[in-house]
Amino acid sequence: MPKVTVDGQEIDAPEGATVLQACELAGKEIPRFCYHERLSIAGNCRMCLVEVKPGPPKPQASCALPATEGQEIRTDTPMVRAAREGVMEFLLINHPLDCPICDQGGECDLQDQSVAYGRGGSRYHENKRAVTEKYMGPLIKTIMTRCIHCTRCVRFSEEIAGVDEIGALYRGEDMQITTYLEQAAAHEMSANVIDLCPVGALTSRPYAYEARPWELKKTLSIDVSDAVGANIRLDSRGREVMRALPRINDDVNEEWISDKARYQVDGLTRRRLDQVWVRAVGGPNAGKLQRASWEDAFDAIVKAAKQGGDGSIAAVAGDLVDCETMFAAKRLLAELGSDKLEGRQTGLDYDCSSLAGIAFNSTLAGIESADAILIVGSQVRHEAPLINVRLRKAAKRGAKIFLIGPEWDTTFACEFLGEDAGLLHDLPGHVADAFKDAARPAIIVGPGGLAANALHPALVLADEWNLVRDIDGEAWNGFNVIHTAAARMGAVMLGYAQKGGIKDVVDAAPAVLLSLGADAVDYGAFEKSLKVYIGHHGDAGAHAADIILPAASYAEKDGTYVNTEGRVQFAEKAVFAPGDAREDWTILRALADAFGVSVGFDSFAQLQSAMIEAVPALGEEGIAPLGKLPKGKKTPKAKGAIAYPIADFYLTNPIARASETMQRCSAELVHGDEILEAAE
Amino acid sequence: MANRQPAPDTPELRERWGNFAFNADYEAKAQKALARYPEGRKKSAVMPLLDLAQRQVGEETDTQGWLPLPVIEYVANYLDMPVIRVLEVATFYFMYNMTPVGKYHVQVCGTTPCMLRGSDDIIAACKKRGMKKGEVSEDGLWTLTEVECMGNCATAPMVQINDDNYEDLTPERLDAVLDALAKGEQPKTGTQEPGRHTSEPSGGPTTLKEMVSENHDYRGEW
Ligand code: SF4
Ligand code: FES
Ligand code: FES
Repeated sequence: MPKVTVDGQEIDAPEGATVLQACELAGKEIPRFCYHERLSIAGNCRMCLVEVKPGPPKPQASCALPATEGQEIRTDTPMVRAAREGVMEFLLINHPLDCPICDQGGECDLQDQSVAYGRGGSRYHENKRAVTEKYMGPLIKTIMTRCIHCTRCVRFSEEIAGVDEIGALYRGEDMQITTYLEQAAAHEMSANVIDLCPVGALTSRPYAYEARPWELKKTLSIDVSDAVGANIRLDSRGREVMRALPRINDDVNEEWISDKARYQVDGLTRRRLDQVWVRAVGGPNAGKLQRASWEDAFDAIVKAAKQGGDGSIAAVAGDLVDCETMFAAKRLLAELGSDKLEGRQTGLDYDCSSLAGIAFNSTLAGIESADAILIVGSQVRHEAPLINVRLRKAAKRGAKIFLIGPEWDTTFACEFLGEDAGLLHDLPGHVADAFKDAARPAIIVGPGGLAANALHPALVLADEWNLVRDIDGEAWNGFNVIHTAAARMGAVMLGYAQKGGIKDVVDAAPAVLLSLGADAVDYGAFEKSLKVYIGHHGDAGAHAADIILPAASYAEKDGTYVNTEGRVQFAEKAVFAPGDAREDWTILRALADAFGVSVGFDSFAQLQSAMIEAVPALGEEGIAPLGKLPKGKKTPKAKGAIAYPIADFYLTNPIARASETMQRCSAELVHGDEILEAAE
Repeated sequence: MANRQPAPDTPELRERWGNFAFNADYEAKAQKALARYPEGRKKSAVMPLLDLAQRQVGEETDTQGWLPLPVIEYVANYLDMPVIRVLEVATFYFMYNMTPVGKYHVQVCGTTPCMLRGSDDIIAACKKRGMKKGEVSEDGLWTLTEVECMGNCATAPMVQINDDNYEDLTPERLDAVLDALAKGEQPKTGTQEPGRHTSEPSGGPTTLKEMVSENHDYRGEW
């Protein structure tokens, strides 16, 4: 640990730290543009200059200089000030200074730092250079004249995303940032460069000229577009969510979010269910959905349930619902004498008896340190882009990664073993050897694997390879499952898992089926049931429903979510639901009144405490106690070709399907080639 | 500065160069270049490979050669590199021509030492022969480019034509060189100053004179 002094203050810098990091430790702010904690060091903006002794008598770029024993660092000398002013002046020479029409205004590093460290005027009177806009796809808007060539975007796409598509062409004052032939940036994390760009060169295309940052109300929320539970911030104005941005959480999403998490929010205002609909029985409009009042709808539900007899009611949870909603429905059903609850809409029936057996046990951060990974049936880029980022880091550190499933375009070095899940019982020798030698082995079972019955065979392997072990006093559990539904782990914790999956619910033929935003259920199997859809978007579920009760989306209610690690996280309400839509729990509470039963809560706080009383783990943010990894059963064996459930990354949930931006992404990035071919 | 933008990506360009591949001769050279770098670092061969590709294009078109986009993609594929990374290299270095050039690429140095020694006249002489900056002359022989210092300041002014330098130029000497090239002859390369061999002081040495003919021991004289 080198001892250095920063402005006379002595501190111990950690091994391998840079001078910039040492200064930060000492509480000194060092201006910077190119340096970013999560990217490699480029050292090309020169904004971070400080004075360091011993060394040449000139300012030094602190971001690229290792801190060494006995260094005397100064950040407050006239030389440093002059150097910063000089660099700032140079950076602004070719910068258009068009802040009033720039979307970055108000949250721009260049603006802030020139106010803090610049000299307040320029001595440059020549012509400035101008750079043409570059097309980078439907998400990223470019105004390249503003670019200061920090190369953060280039490094992000190369290092983090693993898709080299942005580059710096030409040289000197002609340097330009672009994608190859101005093709759209086409990976699931592309829009993160917008946050990274310290100036207004890369800004958000869908959000262009929509709002100024200081007009926005900021709400801490959790992303529901996949089961990673990325920490996000919803920026809203009035009743509309304007944008979603990542929050930093090293355990979950570091500081990235997927393009879907970021841009599906414009779907929150389209195709919304904002009033009650009931399908008419008899009359001229028979079979058509008609507007109705809450009372009429409730009466119809109660009547149908009564006809069906005691307990003839079931609930299916959708992929986006929060734990409170599921708990409220569970309570209501319990009062009515039913426990028919299910969350796996598409018919999966993997064993949910142990939480550890279906969780991402190594933790998201932990998987980075794995040195041998077997992925069974997961197209990770589509199912959990943020986990893909972690896998890439693991591979860069030397992890051997093997995959079973159809080949996809990975962003890391790996080996595809084949498509058949049966391979699990018959792994090639070198794979088994790699796992025997590994210090931190891991298995990841994805949805494709779950569907092919691979869960237990994988657990058997986990046992064989000692995936649960003690590494120098630290517990390691390398058995992981990737889910795709934000609601999945919470649903299982709340008992939304029948032994036989949704088939058990179908077999019970309930008179009333409560669908909590479930859009992927095959409703044909519930022909005889009164299907009540409590949800927010007019999607598949609403089309099949007999009664639609408009509810709130994740942005419009407080709620608890559990991610695929079993991490309990809390999201806050950003805006009010539109029209007649109500928060889901209030609907269920009112329905209880209509049934004349008591569910034991009258407010959200009461509901939450009742839920925490029933499942204490949901009351504590952080990873829930998952229990011990269960032993796998040897039979039945996994078999059959693996298929990935996600065909179109951009359209996986009702919010995204309603989003214009996601539709455009889908058309251009997923189906773009087909469109081109059709045109030819 | 020269125009570094790649030639537009047109169907004709794809048609002409889409099937580009190293011929046996260049393939051997490419393999030799690759062999210089260790396993896992083969990308380092990107510069020699781009050069080889440009030369083969030159042979196929009877010019100095250039790098059409499909050829750049071929090199990227050859090295298993993202094509944007290869394009970055190609657009950075001036030795790679991004647009077609003539059989002889006349690169006149216009940086200060050369300018002081008369590079303006050299450029004027080129223009007088019908060359235009960045364009191929009508007979397909010439392309004129003004470049920055080529490291031959001691024998300024100079031009670089394809792989050779011609130094100590005057408009007349330049004409002689170009005439010879036009006739298909190979003029003497290097300095055009009679009596000068390389970049030794013109008019004879001014220091260490005794060393010219023998290994003189200066030590006693210090
Ligand atoms: S576009 Fe933005 S992030 Fe990329 S190099 Fe320019 S300033 Fe940096
Ligand atoms: S932050 Fe150090 S050079 Fe850019
Ligand atoms: S200035 Fe012309 S070669 Fe150096």
